[in-house]
Amino acid sequence: MLNIKNLQVKLEEEDKQILKGVDLTVEAGKVHAIMGPNGSGKSTLSYVLSGRDGYEVTGGSATLDGVDLLALEPEERAAAGLFLAFQYPVEIPGVGNMTFLRTAVNAQRKARGEDEMSAAEFLKVVRAKAKELQIDAEMLKRPVNVGFSGGEKKRNEILQMAMLEPKMCILDETDSGLDVDAMKLVAEGVNRLRSEGRGFLVITHYQRLLDHIKPDVVHIMADGRIIKTGGPELALEVENNGYADILNEVA
Amino acid sequence: MALPQRKQSATEARLAGLVLPAGGWSEPPRREALDRLAAMGLPDRRDEYWRFTRPDTLVQPEAPSARLMADDEAPLFGQTERLRIVFVDGVFDAAASDDLALEGVSIERLAETAGKDIHWARDLYGVLEARGQTPVQRPFAALNTAFASDGVLIHVTGRPSKPINLVYVHESETSDVILHHVVKVDAGGEATILENGPAAARFNKCMEVDIADTGKLHLVRAQGRDHDRRAATHVFARLGAESVFKSFTLSVNGVLTRNEVVVELTGDDAIAHVAGACVGDGDFHHDDTVFVTHDAVGCESRQVFKKVLRNGAVGVFQGKILVKPGAQKTDGYQISQSLLLDEDSQFLAKPELEIYADDVACSHGSTSGAIDETALFYLRSRGVPHTEATNLLTLAFLAEAVAEIEDADLAADIVARLEGWLARRS
Ligand SMILES: Nc1ncnc2c1ncn2[C@@H]1O[C@H](COP(=O)(O)OP(=O)(O)OP(=O)(O)O)[C@@H](O)[C@H]1O
Ligand SMILES: [Mg+2]
Repeated sequence: MLNIKNLQVKLEEEDKQILKGVDLTVEAGKVHAIMGPNGSGKSTLSYVLSGRDGYEVTGGSATLDGVDLLALEPEERAAAGLFLAFQYPVEIPGVGNMTFLRTAVNAQRKARGEDEMSAAEFLKVVRAKAKELQIDAEMLKRPVNVGFSGGEKKRNEILQMAMLEPKMCILDETDSGLDVDAMKLVAEGVNRLRSEGRGFLVITHYQRLLDHIKPDVVHIMADGRIIKTGGPELALEVENNGYADILNEVA
Repeated sequence: MALPQRKQSATEARLAGLVLPAGGWSEPPRREALDRLAAMGLPDRRDEYWRFTRPDTLVQPEAPSARLMADDEAPLFGQTERLRIVFVDGVFDAAASDDLALEGVSIERLAETAGKDIHWARDLYGVLEARGQTPVQRPFAALNTAFASDGVLIHVTGRPSKPINLVYVHESETSDVILHHVVKVDAGGEATILENGPAAARFNKCMEVDIADTGKLHLVRAQGRDHDRRAATHVFARLGAESVFKSFTLSVNGVLTRNEVVVELTGDDAIAHVAGACVGDGDFHHDDTVFVTHDAVGCESRQVFKKVLRNGAVGVFQGKILVKPGAQKTDGYQISQSLLLDEDSQFLAKPELEIYADDVACSHGSTSGAIDETALFYLRSRGVPHTEATNLLTLAFLAEAVAEIEDADLAADIVARLEGWLARRS
């Protein structure tokens, strides 16, 4: 489903190479996890895939179901089925959360040539999904992420994902800043979406999230490359021993 | 003090074509206004108060012509039950207007009151304007008081059931119109006045507002879409104790607009909110000049002005809060912000605080910025196309000003106009 081949990325403004040849394939129906030291390029990978400005792809490719992601505008990538849950969700004063969600859902439907969701239907669906994530009506009315706690912002990301029903979901440290109960809610939200046709790429520092969202494959990223790939046991190894052994082993 | 020769001749040239309406109670205050004007002269570009806005096309004897714009939008405030008073290029249109009778308010036309003794209006006409001439001169307002051809005198004695809507239709490419309204709100009275339309090629409008203790006035105005129109407007508001004045102005297009609002808080615990949103594209110069004087205890004032500018449009904000000695517990707030949609546009701001009391809380801020790239990317990453995302963020930027309109339906009308403006540029 998601095919990344030898992806190389530098900063647009500086002569700094961040991704130095990333190879990664996420199959439909599978959950892949990426772990790796701070600054190794995990968020950069997620931003480059979703089309954020400021990065220059100097080599390699990234496709989603055969579609060249790197040739598309961010909104086209979203319509093609890519979703990124941000490590730092953005606050947008003056734009109501509901308006935001509905605009996004309908924009994607329109881009795919589907009918827009009626206001009534939208309201029904969003209320049900918000309830599952324990997001109350008050939060839906407030401006996007403004005044939300760290955990509320992350739950709001998952609500967006649930509404948009993307094919390929990238979660960048969605577990950071979550208390134990919120972590469960988020994990349940993700697990509800798990299906044969959908792939997940879960970026995390902690095994704890992976207890709830069982990954099929775990990758270790360091210094802009995937340096090791394994099963769920790889995450346990990191949890117990840190990255030193793995880094030494590869060096 | 004699005027500089250039100013003197420019003023004389402008006055040459004007006729002071004679007779009736309004003649004495008109003559006094003319004397005031003769003493100060019309402004030129050297005047400090006109540093950011060139007054020459407002001063020149003939109004520069303004093409008419076919307005294809639904009539503004169309969903709101209202009493319409229509002026076409400044001329009252009886056929298009509603009957001026409405419970809780008396409405008369300035042009028709010559023989009547409307003492409440006589006590206000030109009086608040004259008070507003210090400490800063406002020559176009004096000109207005002297030469206004018509206007409405609105006396709010109760709580009229619907808003009074002044509709300004623009049909002549060369119309040069001067209207003067007087509004008096009695104790306990509450009314809403709506104003909309381009009015004329060149429009000079003055509104004097006197609100007695506990009275309330809401003013929502929209200055029509015609690109070439010019307008110099003044609001002079005097507020009694525990009274409320809330005004919001939408300006969509217009080659030159200068909106001055002068508020005097004279009774304790009064509240004045003055807000505006303008959107300009290209040949557009929009100036909000606001002066709020706190002269009583425990009053609140808010100034909220937002400007969206593109293709070389220019926005100006000159806003002042003056807190007089003894005006303790003043709560003053002022924000002026521009959203520059490109690098050609500019925003010139001169926020001022002058405080002579020690127990006050006043804050002001002025910013100028582009669309927030991070927010834009966030929206796009959710599938919202670039233009739609930009429009959404633009409306969000304007939201704080629009939020100053209390009535949700009126606010929705204003937002629809803003959406229309954005959509025509998408
Ligand atoms: N826009 C940018 N400007 C400057 N440096 C950047 C930028 N984006 C990324 N970098 C640098 O690239 C490297 C990789 O950053 P990235 O955020 O991708 O790491 P990460 O693996 O997500 O780290 P963490 O685990 O701390 O979230 C870091 O050294 C970071 O400072
Ligand atoms: Mg990161």
